[in-house]
Amino acid sequence: MASEDPHSSNDSHDFPKFDYRSSRRDFLLKLGIGLDVIAGALISIPIIGFVISAIIKRADPTWISLGSVDQFKVGTTRMVAYDNPYRIPADGQTAHISCWVKRTSEQEFNVFAVNCTHLGCPVRWFEQSKLFLCPCHGGAYYEDGSRAAGPPPRGLYQYEYKIEKGDLAIKAGVLPTLADPGTLPQSGRTT
Amino acid sequence: MMETLRKVALWVEDRLHLVKLWEQTAGHPVPKSTGSWFYTFGSMTMLCLIIQILTGIFLAMVYVPSAAEAYHSLERLNYEQQLGWVVRGMHYWGSNCMVILMILHMTQVFLWGAYKYPREMTWLSGCVLLFITLGLAFSGQVMRFDTDAYWGVGIGAAIMGRVPFIGDALVKLLLGGPIIGSETLSRFFSLHVFILPGAILAFLSLHLRLVLSKGINEAPKPGVLVKRRTYDAYYKGIIKREGVPFVPGAFSKDAMANGILLLVIIVLALFVGPKGPGIPADPTIAISDASPDYPFLFIFGAAALMPNGSEVLLFFVLPTVAVILLFALPFISNEGEKSWRRRPISVLTVVVTGLTLALLTYAGMTGPWSPHMEAWKSLEIKPQYLKDRTPLELQGALVFQNKQCRDCHAIDDQGGHRGPDLTAVATRMTSPQLVRQVIQGGGNMPAYGKNLSPSEIHALVAYLTSLHPPNVPPAREAVGPLAPIDEKRSGSQPSADDTFAKAEKTP
Repeated sequence: MASEDPHSSNDSHDFPKFDYRSSRRDFLLKLGIGLDVIAGALISIPIIGFVISAIIKRADPTWISLGSVDQFKVGTTRMVAYDNPYRIPADGQTAHISCWVKRTSEQEFNVFAVNCTHLGCPVRWFEQSKLFLCPCHGGAYYEDGSRAAGPPPRGLYQYEYKIEKGDLAIKAGVLPTLADPGTLPQSGRTT
Repeated sequence: MMETLRKVALWVEDRLHLVKLWEQTAGHPVPKSTGSWFYTFGSMTMLCLIIQILTGIFLAMVYVPSAAEAYHSLERLNYEQQLGWVVRGMHYWGSNCMVILMILHMTQVFLWGAYKYPREMTWLSGCVLLFITLGLAFSGQVMRFDTDAYWGVGIGAAIMGRVPFIGDALVKLLLGGPIIGSETLSRFFSLHVFILPGAILAFLSLHLRLVLSKGINEAPKPGVLVKRRTYDAYYKGIIKREGVPFVPGAFSKDAMANGILLLVIIVLALFVGPKGPGIPADPTIAISDASPDYPFLFIFGAAALMPNGSEVLLFFVLPTVAVILLFALPFISNEGEKSWRRRPISVLTVVVTGLTLALLTYAGMTGPWSPHMEAWKSLEIKPQYLKDRTPLELQGALVFQNKQCRDCHAIDDQGGHRGPDLTAVATRMTSPQLVRQVIQGGGNMPAYGKNLSPSEIHALVAYLTSLHPPNVPPAREAVGPLAPIDEKRSGSQPSADDTFAKAEKTP
C-alpha cells in the first residue's frame, strides 16, 4: 500500500524548539515584511492610478460643430448626430452621438441630450403630440425640454450652444447624468 | 503486462495519493438523508458554472471586445463560425439556469435551516457567490453589445450618477471615459472574463471546503432543535449511525438531475437558440427600451412602478438592507428549529419574496407603463366605436389618433396602457372634466393646452364623451342645471345625444 502523505492536514506536527527572538531569521523576517510593505505600496501606485485614470484625467465638454444653422427650420425639432471629440478608433458607431436640436427662433436654439433624466434611456421626439417620450419607464417631456409626466426628476439635459460663422456649435462630449448634468440649467415649466 | 500496469498504478498512487484525495472529497461521509432531490440544486448550479466557463472560453476565441467589432463578431458566431450559435445558446441558457438554480439552492438552504450553526460561513460565502453570479449575468449582457446592452450600461451610469458626492466619479469609473464606448466594453469584458470568474472560483473553493469541513446539513426533523453546545456531537452521531460516502451513497439523484439539466440546456440552445444580438449599438437609433435580461427585469419593473422620487430608496437603501439581512441571517437565527414545517415566518418570507420577484419580473417583461409608440399609426379604432357618430365626434376620433393619445390610452384594450383605458371614459368623466384634463394634464398626463387648438380639443372631447356602452349612461355633473335631480328620480336617463348637446354648451 502507498506510504502516508507527510503533508496531510490530519497530522499535527510537533516542531523542534527553536528560539526565533533576536535571531538573524527574525531580523530578516521583520526587514523583509517592511520591505514588502514599502515595495507593495510603490507598485500599487501605478496600478491604482491606471485603474482610476478615468476619474483623474477627466475629459471636459468641448465645442463641437453641428453644421450650418440653415439646416434647422424655426419651430422644428430634429435629431442631429456628431462625432464625439474623445473618440478612439475602437469606439466605432458608439462615438456617433445624437442630440435633439430645436430652433426656437432665428438666433435661439434648444439642444437636448437624448438621455432621459430618469435612468438615461434614449428619448424620442413626437412632432404630432409635441412630446419627447422615453421608452423605458414612460417619462415624457414638453417640446421645451421641461418634464411633462412620468418618473424623470427634472427636464431634459441641455447643451450649451453658440452660433459661429453661421454654424451651430454645442458644448458636449460627456454623457450627462444627474451627477454631471452639463452647464445649462433645465428650462421651462416645472411640474 | 498486468504486473507492469499494477506497478504503474501503485507508483501514481504513491506520488499523488489519489485514494486519500477521493476519500476526503467525493467519498466524504454525509448523512443518508441528504440523498434527496431537494439537495441537487447546489451541484446543478456548479455544473452551470462549468458549462459557462467552457463555453465562455470558446466564445472568447471568436468574440472581439471592441465597441467597433463586438457586434460583428457576434454575428460571425451566429452565422459563420461552425456551431457558434449553439455554443452561444448554451452560454445564454446556462447563465439563466445558473441564476434560477442558485436561487432554488438558496431557498432550499433557507427552508431547511442549513444556514444555522455551524454553517454560517457556508451561507455567507454562498451569498457572495450569488452577488458575483449576478455581476456575471449583468456584465455578460453588456458583452452582447447591441442597443439594449448599450442603453443598459446607460441605465447603470444613470444609477451611479444618483449616488451623492461620488456619483460623477463612479460614472467615469464605470464608463472608463466620458461616454459609453470601447473602453466601457473593455472594462466589462475584464470583469466578465477575468475578475468575476476568478472571484467566483475563489469563493466556490471556500464554499466547497466548508461543505466538506462543516458537513452537509442533515434533512431536519421537526422538533429537533440546533444548539451550539450539542450540535457537533449530534451531527457526528448521525454520520456514525447513518453516514454514507457522498459518492455513491448520496450522489444518485445529483447524477440524474445534472443529466436532465444538461439536456435542458442543450435543447434550449438548439431549439430556442442564443439571444440576439439585436439592433446594433448605435446611439443615433433611439428605439431601444433597454429591457434587461431575466435576472434584472424585476429591478426594471420596480424602477417604473415605485413612486416618483423614491429612486434612492430603490437603488441604494433597499439593496443595502437586503444585503445586510442576507449576511446577518445566520447570526439572527443561529440556533433552534430547522424544519420549515415549524418555521411559518420563514415560509411566509419565501412566499412573499418569491411572489414579489415573480410579479415584478412579469411587470418588467410586459412594461405596461411604457407608451405604445406605434399605436397611433398602427392600430385602428374598431367600427363599433365610430358607428353613429356626428362629424364633430369623428373629427375628434381623428385628433385622438393623430395626436397620439392612443400611445398611452387604449380603446378596447388596444393601445398603450400608460394611462387609463378610454373605452368607457364618458361613464367616468363629464365633458368639462375631460376638457380640463386634456388642457392641463395632471395625474401623470402631460398638458396638451399648448399643442391642441381649441377646435381640436372641442372635437376630441366630443368624441370622448361618446365613449360609453349603450346600456350605461354617461357621467353627469353632480350639481347644476345640466343634471336636474328630478330626472334621476323619474328614472329616465339622458340619451347620448342630450349629453352632446350639453357638452357643446359647456366649454
